[in-house]
Amino acid sequence: MPYALVSPYFLLFAAFGLFPLAFTLYYSLHDYDLAGGSEWTGLGNYASLLADDDFWNAVVNTIGMFVIATVPQMLLALFLANALNKRFRFRLAIRMSVLLPLVTSVVAVAVVFTQLYARDWGLVNYLLSWFGVETTNWRAERIPSWIAIATMVDWRWTGYNAIIFLAGMQTIPRDLYEAAAIDGASRRRQFWQITLPMLRPTMIFVVLNSTIGGLTLFSEPTTFYNGNVDGGSQGQFQTVAMFIVKQGFREFDYGYAAAAAWLLFLLILIGALVNFLVVRRIGGTK
Amino acid sequence: MMISKRRGLTAASALAAVVLAVTSCGSGGGADSGAPASSGPVTIRVQTFGGGANFGYKNAIAKWNAEHKDIQIKEEHLTDQFEQQYWPQMIQWLTSGTGAGDVVGIDEGGMGLAKAHPEWWADLKEYGLESRKADFPAWKWENGVAPDGKLFGLGTDIGGMSLCYRKDLFEQAGLPGDRDEVSALWPTWDDFMKVGRQFQSKVKDTKWTDGTNTLYQVVLYQEAAKNGNVTYFDQQNNLILDKNPAVRTAFDFAQKMSQQGMTAKLRNFSDEWAAGTQRGAFATVGCPSWMLGTVSGNAGDAGSGKWDVASVPGGGGNWGGSWLAVPAQSKHPKEAAMVADYLTQAQTQASVFADFGNMPSNTKAQQDPAVQGAKNEYFNDAPIGEIFAKSAADLQPVFLGVNHTQVKNAVEAVIQGMDDGSVPYDQAWQQLVDDAAKAAD
Repeated sequence: MPYALVSPYFLLFAAFGLFPLAFTLYYSLHDYDLAGGSEWTGLGNYASLLADDDFWNAVVNTIGMFVIATVPQMLLALFLANALNKRFRFRLAIRMSVLLPLVTSVVAVAVVFTQLYARDWGLVNYLLSWFGVETTNWRAERIPSWIAIATMVDWRWTGYNAIIFLAGMQTIPRDLYEAAAIDGASRRRQFWQITLPMLRPTMIFVVLNSTIGGLTLFSEPTTFYNGNVDGGSQGQFQTVAMFIVKQGFREFDYGYAAAAAWLLFLLILIGALVNFLVVRRIGGTK
Repeated sequence: MMISKRRGLTAASALAAVVLAVTSCGSGGGADSGAPASSGPVTIRVQTFGGGANFGYKNAIAKWNAEHKDIQIKEEHLTDQFEQQYWPQMIQWLTSGTGAGDVVGIDEGGMGLAKAHPEWWADLKEYGLESRKADFPAWKWENGVAPDGKLFGLGTDIGGMSLCYRKDLFEQAGLPGDRDEVSALWPTWDDFMKVGRQFQSKVKDTKWTDGTNTLYQVVLYQEAAKNGNVTYFDQQNNLILDKNPAVRTAFDFAQKMSQQGMTAKLRNFSDEWAAGTQRGAFATVGCPSWMLGTVSGNAGDAGSGKWDVASVPGGGGNWGGSWLAVPAQSKHPKEAAMVADYLTQAQTQASVFADFGNMPSNTKAQQDPAVQGAKNEYFNDAPIGEIFAKSAADLQPVFLGVNHTQVKNAVEAVIQGMDDGSVPYDQAWQQLVDDAAKAAD
């Protein structure tokens, strides 16, 4: 009976988790194209991927955008959470409002940001022109395109992460702060020496979550370029996820796409591990 | 224990959400084509692509729906972009056996692949459409017949070539506005650029042309006619782009336009390009017949009378043109064939031409005096019948290979890339050759 009760999860996992994993692994070892022909190539797909400049370009883009998006996002979310953790009027309403960007559709967000970052009649270029900045072609230049996409990601996810940080902060026992206050620690000192170290488990969760989300980034950069997975005329902001879709469903090289998907999986593992090690040191006194 | 239980729960609920999303996509994607025949009318989904008025079927479909209560046509305009979005999506639907409409449009670039996969299509001969053979020029007809003899595609429009220009801005720049005088300004592409420099020195906020891609295509098709009517592939489907002088000539021209700053650096069929058409970002755009509907659709009512049509420098060409096919997966192939038949009839094609500008491939429509004398109100009553219909009979078909769309995509990315600055001019040709080889592989 208990097996029957837990079986829905395992059945669903088998259908939507395990099967695709195995299927992708199988085809990543084959040359499988649109004509339906499937030929064993062993690690051939992986070897050509590692020699493929376009793949590495996508990897660099993905990591670049991840860093540009995530570092400020974490800091912002942390300070936002700290602010929301204080007592003030309409606290609940304000706490809830930071989640609003998350419930708007990605496409709606991307459409608005695409307008803001338009080259010819965009608001951002208009504002920058006040400071004498020359017209930026946000879709053609590499770093500007990353920044534009990073702001889109941050707009959506900063509030979400802030709420999780806030939940973490509320589990910190108040007597720690009281004791610190009696010992004469300032609010700032309390933040750095109590809040931050106590928040570490939450932070690990948030960072791992953001790593997975950031490294599989797809919707924002795709919508930013008229729904094309090319990511700019020369792949200026093509992410690995877009590269996979392009290989699989635009050029119909399914085996190659499957191999790229497995390399992305590896990249996420490495990224998660690195971030885990970094975060574990934050605020660490031990 | 507690933790693993909770994790299991969240994972299960996440999975449930995914399942929900997937199933709702399934129904939203519209796998079923209307109600069963016994209850109510059959709905025939016609899937199209292209900018602005695209296939120009709006009025023709309204007319059919008013006259046929039992078969209703529903047009699904999927996207502006054929190579990058419409066709890959369509191929996915065709190979997976579900998702495609009952009648689907195919651009010339996709016909090589469509022909190589007769199993994707219903045989229109079974519905008596072999009889339509006499309506089309031989090449347009034969391109819709697979090597195994299956008739899968009926011709819609053909390209033809002209140049659309902003009459009001021309006059502002002190150039003539009248189309005959404008045509006389540019017998050759060099003349065209000379006039462009003159224009840009007078009108500051408008570039001479939209971007590199549109005129690149125009020149490519003109030159292809002089080089055996092939572009990237020869008739045996070998990649010949690096050896075909037509490609090099078109590339050099695009590069020159870009280097001299005569482009608005907009990629055709993008949203910014559509917005640029409306806001006067550029003064000219290469116009095969179907582009008229794209321009008028993008520029909107406010642009009416501002645009006009002149002849293109360097003579005619045949860029574009499409076919309609009925996927084998359609549940109502008979009704779908009737709709495809109707949409390609001389009368329908003539009305599409009059309303939007897509040049009929149907020879009866081409010979129709109403078509030959047609004027387009939006473009200052330009005599489009004279511009397109008169030369239609002489148009040459250009052969495009099985993998044409992928290579075209790679080539256009470089052509656009050198315009937006991401590909250095001196490396562009080599990169074009390399990327094309990679895409064809």
